[in-house]
Amino acid sequence: MGFHIPEDFYYTKDHEWAQVDENIVTVGITEFAQDQLGEVVYVDLPEEGQKITQNQTFGVVESVKAVSDLFAPVSGTVIEVNSALIDDPSSLNDDPNNEGWLVRIEMDSEKELANLMRSPEYKKLIAEK
Amino acid sequence: MSNSQKTPLYDEHIKLGARMVDFAGWVMPIQYEGLKEEHHATRNNVGLFDVSHMGEIRVKGPKALETLQWLTTNDVAKLDRGQAQYGLLPNDQGGLVDDIFVYCLEKNADYLVCVNASNTDKDFAWMMKHNKGADIINESSAWGQIAIQGPKAIELCDALFSEKVSQMNRNEIRVSKFQNYKIMIATTGYTGEKGCEVFVESAGTAALWTALLAHPIGAKPIGLGARDTLRTEMKYSLYGHEIDDTLNPYEAGLGWAIKPLAKDFMNRTGIVAVKENGLKKKLIGLKMIDRGIPRQGYEIKTADGQKIGWITSGTHSPTLDEPIGIAYVETAKSSEGSEIFVDIRGKLVKACVVKTPFVMK
Repeated sequence: MGFHIPEDFYYTKDHEWAQVDENIVTVGITEFAQDQLGEVVYVDLPEEGQKITQNQTFGVVESVKAVSDLFAPVSGTVIEVNSALIDDPSSLNDDPNNEGWLVRIEMDSEKELANLMRSPEYKKLIAEK
Repeated sequence: MSNSQKTPLYDEHIKLGARMVDFAGWVMPIQYEGLKEEHHATRNNVGLFDVSHMGEIRVKGPKALETLQWLTTNDVAKLDRGQAQYGLLPNDQGGLVDDIFVYCLEKNADYLVCVNASNTDKDFAWMMKHNKGADIINESSAWGQIAIQGPKAIELCDALFSEKVSQMNRNEIRVSKFQNYKIMIATTGYTGEKGCEVFVESAGTAALWTALLAHPIGAKPIGLGARDTLRTEMKYSLYGHEIDDTLNPYEAGLGWAIKPLAKDFMNRTGIVAVKENGLKKKLIGLKMIDRGIPRQGYEIKTADGQKIGWITSGTHSPTLDEPIGIAYVETAKSSEGSEIFVDIRGKLVKACVVKTPFVMK
């Protein structure tokens, strides 16, 4: 299928990725997710300072045809939001692994990373779809 | 998907790389290249839609007209040979069994009723149960159907068919041939664009589809995703959204297809009473003032949170590049310009009642 699934990311079963830099986690949706969604036309993201919880919804992305919840890969506090997406969500389709990042989270506990997938496991998951 | 039916074009969809989904018991293409591209292709050039899943029910014999007059709301007696008409199949509870198109193949003697895929079996059973002596035959498996829609649709049809679609008025039907296959060309559609819907013998459906795609005009195959955004922009009703077995058709804005003065029909009194007592709610179009996309099932509220209606269909309009919605709201709040609020995930988002169709054609 040709999706780029970076090896240094962690993954949720709901197709979010998490890039970990010490206790700061950048979160986005995977290339597989954007392909399934189609063109994203609307994004709803949390505010800076908001607490979010692993596996709970923290926002929404919508394409023309569907609403899709965003699930937090880890618990923590939102420290930065990619507000460029609010006016123009096109980078979620064009470059979901980089420019289309959603939020940065200050992670509460590294232990939660154990609940996430690494790239081989995630590749297996999407191959079954 | 294993138990779902396949249309005669299933293999063609797979060859075209369509994303297939289960819809109303059928495996159907939701999109090929992408919903937006397909939507624009239909608005700007020509789109081809596999609508073979739609049901075809034939009503024949000396009692055909009498039966259809009883079963449907519109005045079928008005139809001469070759004419078509939108209509409704009321149930006896105040709602609708389905919405339909009635095509007159022979006045007083032979009619084709085109029904929604998801309702075909229910409609056929209902029609048989309330039959006034017609020969009613479910011909759905005998026919494929391709909708050809868009500003270049007529040109494409004239290039392929011996029957000149450019010479036909809106809502007509002609029996003809494509290669050796029997076809019926109907100047109807569900997009707001010019064009037609072609019933074709099942065995000839793929040949027609392939010929349409191969023509240099550059018609594109269109999935169910764009079919829905196209009809939503026109505020056309879809069964299960704007109409169903409980909703009153006058409240749905379909009074133009109900002719209670011309004839009696199933539950005429019950349906008309809702209108005579004053419509409690109306089907309206809305646009968002604040950010958000209205979706089916979201509640419509007043500024102080009182429920006054619900969204029946909603999307991001590809033509207008903004969110649009169709909704039932209490009559007092249904006039153009009324400020209303859509409850989107617990947040009241400001919207406004607007004139429809959203896209003028």
